[in-house]
Amino acid sequence: MDAMGSEAPQSGALEDQIGAWRVHLRGSRAISAADAEELEDHLRQEIHGLIEQGLSADEAFLVAVKRIGAIDTLTREFAREHSDRLWKQLVLAGNGSEAGAAPVEAWIPKSLGVALLLAVGAGLSIKAPTWFGIPFDPDVSVFYPQNIGFLVLPFIAGYFVWARPMTGAAALMTAGVFVLSAVLVNAFPFATTTPGSSVADTQLLTILHLPIVLWFWVGVSYVGGRWVGNDRRMDFVRFTGELFIYFVLIGLGGGVLIGTTFILFEAIGVDAEPVVENWILPCGFAGATVVATWLVEAKQSVIENMAPVLTRVFAPLFTLLFLAFLVTMVWTGRGIDVEREVLIAFDLLLVVVFGLLLYSISARDPLEAPGLVDWIHLALVATALLVDVLALWAIGSRISDFGFTPNRVAALGENVVLLVNLAGSAWLYLRFLRGAGPFSALWTWQTTYLYALAGWAAVVAFIFPIIFAFQ
Amino acid sequence: MALQCMVALCKHRVSDTSLDPTMSINKDLVAASSTPLVLAILSEGDSYGYAILHRVRELSGGALEWTDGMLYPVLHRLERGGLVESRWEKADTGRRRKYYRVTKSGLGQLADERRQWRAVDETLRKVWAELAVARPDLPSTTLVPQGR
Repeated sequence: MDAMGSEAPQSGALEDQIGAWRVHLRGSRAISAADAEELEDHLRQEIHGLIEQGLSADEAFLVAVKRIGAIDTLTREFAREHSDRLWKQLVLAGNGSEAGAAPVEAWIPKSLGVALLLAVGAGLSIKAPTWFGIPFDPDVSVFYPQNIGFLVLPFIAGYFVWARPMTGAAALMTAGVFVLSAVLVNAFPFATTTPGSSVADTQLLTILHLPIVLWFWVGVSYVGGRWVGNDRRMDFVRFTGELFIYFVLIGLGGGVLIGTTFILFEAIGVDAEPVVENWILPCGFAGATVVATWLVEAKQSVIENMAPVLTRVFAPLFTLLFLAFLVTMVWTGRGIDVEREVLIAFDLLLVVVFGLLLYSISARDPLEAPGLVDWIHLALVATALLVDVLALWAIGSRISDFGFTPNRVAALGENVVLLVNLAGSAWLYLRFLRGAGPFSALWTWQTTYLYALAGWAAVVAFIFPIIFAFQ
Repeated sequence: MALQCMVALCKHRVSDTSLDPTMSINKDLVAASSTPLVLAILSEGDSYGYAILHRVRELSGGALEWTDGMLYPVLHRLERGGLVESRWEKADTGRRRKYYRVTKSGLGQLADERRQWRAVDETLRKVWAELAVARPDLPSTTLVPQGR
């Protein structure tokens, strides 16, 4: 019923017009590549038919486009029919199949297979020490708090060793550092009988800082052993934020799973608690870290990064909080109550601000002109700095009264490290906002500063015990 | 075959010289009739978008004018509902072309639609006929299908 012969050699101009039309059509997510191909086929037949009726190529194109309908209307119709396409979906099969061709999907994508194997490995690894009589309970033994990083993180690093092009030497070094630091930390002769506490101060500091050091080491494997180039380091920062969010989400799901386990087994009069406590919780935790790693890797190009979205929401709110705090302080004339823990509280405050700043920088297009958001971030950093300086000033006069314990030196050092970072950021932000410097300077500052953070964490974890004689 | 009543209606309209040939059919009616029309055309044999539209134009004599692009969301909706299925074939132009085929459940749906349209058609015919008697002053050309 139709007479679509072989296409006459069409002028290049017509092809260009069709090409432009196709590009315009593909601008909408509602129209898939296959749909566009189908519509293009239709358009070509229409043009062909019109040309046969005696129209020129130009006229035929115009009439055919008019007949097929305005692209806006088309898009709306397709969006109504395929509303699911407006939601970005995570395609788990690696590269999304396009153009209607039947996708040849592996039953399980290879990367998922590897991730699941590693997740099982992590689950067994965290469980293994209990078979040698080491209890989970941190009050009984500090083995788990001290070694949890060594039990879980190598599996995340292992995933990257598998996924990245990495030289054998780099892979060996990755493993070597984990083994070396594990041996070192466990060989430290920490004092075991500190009055009032079951753990020596320096040991607690090591326990707190070791995961940070090891996490940066995971970062080395994340960038495939090539720890140069700011872009890759920023990728690792993004990865960290997304991993955290995914891990929390998986954790929430795990909570529901465990709750359901309790309810179900209670219904038949079986106590599920030992199994949940000894198996599901620890193994699930370890496995979830690896699975979350895989998820973040799989979705990185598909789904909007969440961490920058959260910083967008919370940066202005924290700015308001600090302003309110400063105003209240001035209004009531109250000074900061210098307690022993106040330094740690202000460290946490700086960590939050640092995180907000880092993730907003990670998501910002460096070429974009300065805008309101940048001013908000500058205000955030400036108010946080002010609050922190006030705190330091209040503490500074009294710190010698308290004495220089390992805890206080570590907390003070952290404060200084973050303070310098934020001060540098504020300075660079100001330059950028006044048009005196590029945004990329800020980017470079932050990614380079990761060395300082890793370095300080390493000093606290490994050097402090030696300096303070393992007390 | 499946759409005799619809097609008959359309043909009547068109063959009725007193009808404005440029007259277009109400959007809702076009939308409502699209499913049975497409299913009926596909039950004549597998086809693809451009040819289906040609067939619609041919059957309706131009009265049932669709915006070409709108056919595809309809086809996709039918495909998702399992009423038609599609496959890609190489056309003689060398490009890929998407062909549609009506499924078994599509044929069932068609039969169902056909019953419904027939009921509507019969009801309307009756009321038109009675109206022609009760209100002969109304312009009947647009109301009474000729020769029935």
